[in-house]
Amino acid sequence: MDIFIQQVVSGLATGGIYASLALALVMIYQATDVVNFAQGELAMFATYICWSLINAGMPYWGAFLSTLAIAFVGGIVIERVVIRPVENAPILSIVIVTLGLLVICNSVAGWIWTYVQKPFPSPFPAKPFKIDNIVFGAHDLGQIEVTLLVLLCIYLFFRFTPLGLAMRAAAHNPVSSRLVGIRVGWMLALGWGLAAVFGAVAGMMVAPVLTLEPNLMGGVQIYAFAAATLGGFTSPGGAVLGGFIVGVVENLVGTYVSFIGTELKFTVALAMILVVLLVKPTGLFGSTVVKRV
Amino acid sequence: MSASRLPRIVGLLALLTGACTLPFVLSNFRLFQFSQVYVYAIAILGLNMLTGYNGQFSLGHGAFYAVGAYVSAIMMDRWNVPYGWTIPVAGVLCLVIGFLFGLPALRLEGLYLALATFSLALAVPQILKYFEHWTGGSQGIVLSKPNAPWGLPLSPDQWLYVFTLAVLVVLFALARNLLMGRTGRAIVAIRDNAIAAQAMGVNTALYKSLTFGVSAAYTGVAGGLSAIVIAFVAPDAFNVFLSITFLTGIVIGGLASISGALFGALFIQFVPNWAQDISKAAPWAIYGVFLIGFMYVMPFGIAGAVRLALARLGRRGTAARA
Repeated sequence: MDIFIQQVVSGLATGGIYASLALALVMIYQATDVVNFAQGELAMFATYICWSLINAGMPYWGAFLSTLAIAFVGGIVIERVVIRPVENAPILSIVIVTLGLLVICNSVAGWIWTYVQKPFPSPFPAKPFKIDNIVFGAHDLGQIEVTLLVLLCIYLFFRFTPLGLAMRAAAHNPVSSRLVGIRVGWMLALGWGLAAVFGAVAGMMVAPVLTLEPNLMGGVQIYAFAAATLGGFTSPGGAVLGGFIVGVVENLVGTYVSFIGTELKFTVALAMILVVLLVKPTGLFGSTVVKRV
Repeated sequence: MSASRLPRIVGLLALLTGACTLPFVLSNFRLFQFSQVYVYAIAILGLNMLTGYNGQFSLGHGAFYAVGAYVSAIMMDRWNVPYGWTIPVAGVLCLVIGFLFGLPALRLEGLYLALATFSLALAVPQILKYFEHWTGGSQGIVLSKPNAPWGLPLSPDQWLYVFTLAVLVVLFALARNLLMGRTGRAIVAIRDNAIAAQAMGVNTALYKSLTFGVSAAYTGVAGGLSAIVIAFVAPDAFNVFLSITFLTGIVIGGLASISGALFGALFIQFVPNWAQDISKAAPWAIYGVFLIGFMYVMPFGIAGAVRLALARLGRRGTAARA
């Protein structure tokens, strides 16, 4: 039982990371109908920026916040410069452009920072908590807290600010939003900026566990895909819940199903994606989009 | 009609003659590279049938390439099957797997199919390593290059060049016949408007799964050939970047174009080699820049640009004569 609870908690911790990245994917998908295949790599890049700042002597939380700011601006710039020209192109073109971004980020990171694994600091104490006989990693708990805090902020932002409302409107009905004076193009760019921020949080939280390297986010991204698919690409809340579910399932399967272990981690995610897509393609909380022909 | 076809036939024959003389002028290493180009061209043609002609995404064709490569390698290494026989087996097996994968893919449209296949591409190396007993784990399987048969005075590299060229010519001819006829029209119609195609009596479900199967078969054959040409297979060669490489090939060569497969293959074989001199990471940065750049300025790739240039020249010619 103790092991079970420990695994569930550490599953929730990794689930928080998947939830952040899944939220980033869903935000962009809702606004522009694009799945950003480069989301994980952008997060990895932001994490490297944070690493450089810390190495330059900045305190952890200072570097953390600066990275979020840089990621936000970077996300906006990428939307304006790279995505905007293909905004109305067929889906294939957009997917190819995001894949191009993926390989560029990956190789440029390898170029600048080499492919050597780098240790990444955790802001939380190394000493684990102990309640009865159950041991919790401090980083796990801190990770859950940070994720929940970010989610709370984003919920408040979208629910209670005029800008949040404008962004939701732009995603929901671009034409009408334009008629009431919302600058839809800029709302989409802001969405990309916010998505880059969530990605950066996920990257900086997962880097202490996995150690920093250019292929850091490959595994996280496939699980974030699984999370977003499970929760539904049209539902931000669903994607978050999906993230936590996927994290817990991954951990429990890895612990209790002996032939899978950690060696087939990606295959578990692939299986989850396929099962959800075949059984309920819209995900648990997604809505079917009806199109006129 | 026949007048306009004549220059094309002459051009094709000239190209083929040129390809046949290469073994006698180039070094063994260059020949090895060109064999690789032909292998890639087959894989890219396979992917292009699915993505370019039929409009179904696959970001995971590296998986079928891997299946083909491992089928060939295991048959040669474990069962001592002659290499020539492993190719059709790889093709047929991938045809079946592709067809079966195509059935659930019917329910997935656009982005969802891209997602599923992308995850497949990510998972492939792990799966290959897991079945260590068959695949040799991360060590892979080492093979030996076959010698030329019938006592032909050719080095192994020369013979493999001829062998891959022969397979390429056969498969390209088959693809042309498939895509230019009734079946090809149905495949393209599904891409352009699935509902209209269905209304015209095209069995979209059957055609989509079949295209998936044939496309996988082409890629599987290419994978099998690659195992023979390189004489080595290892799981990490079949990572997600291999699938993106194929996609790069069809984008650069030209979506929905048969000759584009060759341009794309030349690009993915030679450009990374040149870029490697700048930095180990440079090839992928260049792939990325080309992927995005081509989407902006040449959405139909090199083949599309050539077609456009030829059409312009032709128009100028007729205008001058008139």
